[in-house]
Amino acid sequence: MTDQRIAPRDLDWHPPALTPRYRSSILRSPKHKPLSYAPTATELSGPTFGHDSIGPLDDDLIQNYARSGGLAIGPRIIVHGKLMDENGRGLPGKLIEVWQANAGGRYRHKKDGYLAPLDENFGGCGRCISGEDGSYSFRTIQPGPYPWPNGGNDWRPAHIHFSVFGDGFAQRLITQMYFEGDPHIALCPIVQTIPSKAAINTLVARLDMDATIPMDIRAYRFDIVLRGSSATVFENQMEGR
Amino acid sequence: MTAHKESPSQTAGPYVHIGCTPSVAGLSGMYGGKDPGRTMVHPSLAASKIALTFRVYDGDGEPLKDAMLEIWQAGPDGSFNQTDGFENWGRGATDAETGLATFETVKPGGLPDAAPHVLVWIVARGINLGLTTRVYFADEAEQNAKDPIYRLAKDRATTLLARPVEAGYHHDIYLQGELETVFFDV
Repeated sequence: MTDQRIAPRDLDWHPPALTPRYRSSILRSPKHKPLSYAPTATELSGPTFGHDSIGPLDDDLIQNYARSGGLAIGPRIIVHGKLMDENGRGLPGKLIEVWQANAGGRYRHKKDGYLAPLDENFGGCGRCISGEDGSYSFRTIQPGPYPWPNGGNDWRPAHIHFSVFGDGFAQRLITQMYFEGDPHIALCPIVQTIPSKAAINTLVARLDMDATIPMDIRAYRFDIVLRGSSATVFENQMEGR
Repeated sequence: MTAHKESPSQTAGPYVHIGCTPSVAGLSGMYGGKDPGRTMVHPSLAASKIALTFRVYDGDGEPLKDAMLEIWQAGPDGSFNQTDGFENWGRGATDAETGLATFETVKPGGLPDAAPHVLVWIVARGINLGLTTRVYFADEAEQNAKDPIYRLAKDRATTLLARPVEAGYHHDIYLQGELETVFFDV
């Protein structure tokens, strides 16, 4: 590796730690500002995952928990896009993990007791490794919205959780993907922890008719951007010298 | 100028286990029954194995029982070069009953400009952006005192210290309060 660098994170673009409308943040938000330092070898390195580290159905949530011959219930969708850095450079060979509720808005988790029934053919987790150009794709069913305890009448918009790795551990990110046109996006205290509409919009997947397979499955496009771009930062620093 | 902004973070939520540690969520058969990041030390390195345990406390002093932690650390030689029998990355959940998160790992080595340390990343319901901290070792005082990042934390640096226990080391992380742990933006 040459002079590897990573751009600082724009903390004003992310949700602050304390967001009282999202009640759980009140007791779980540090009060001190995080301390900054230039990333060292520890933060610039990170785990690597080979294509052989995952199974053939891991990226297909319609089938990866289903009984033999069974399929998960719900609107069939492809979720796909590009994993890239802030310069738009595709990030190949990166692990992307997803989890979600079923079509009724129920999670397969010991702690979820929502009225909506479990789907015996749906587990709700999947993963894939990004391709040469940073592209990725999952098959799943569209999750349902659901109510959650936050002190009022709060409903989560339909969403899919994403966990993403970059080249360095400093790029590690967990976020959520929403669906174009969902009226709950504007109402959700968790979505609204994000300070700007512009930032929220980047988490809203768009219906992608070009990738839809006729008479089979619709597609949603969701690009994921990880922080950093060694090249840009390096140029900036050159100018400053 | 960058062409794109980083995707904004959202909380991992209470069901993070489904996607990251499926067996903890009750999905025991996913991914061949092997949660990613569960095994850091393979049998060939078993003699060097230690337990590194954590609890993460909220502002009421209650341990988080729904958090997911990841650690990233150098091998025994202090580098991130491949060490036979060792994975530098680990992932685990805090126990739903006790709040204890346990990693079976090896103690990282130090370098002239870096005391032995472990990077820790914490996500959970109520945490909007994953929290990054470092663990240093209480029995490495001399090396810690020379480490620039440990020193950066000044009078709060002791919040980064894991203490020796019988099986290895234990570290308590406080999200708030007088003992609030130092978190880093890197």
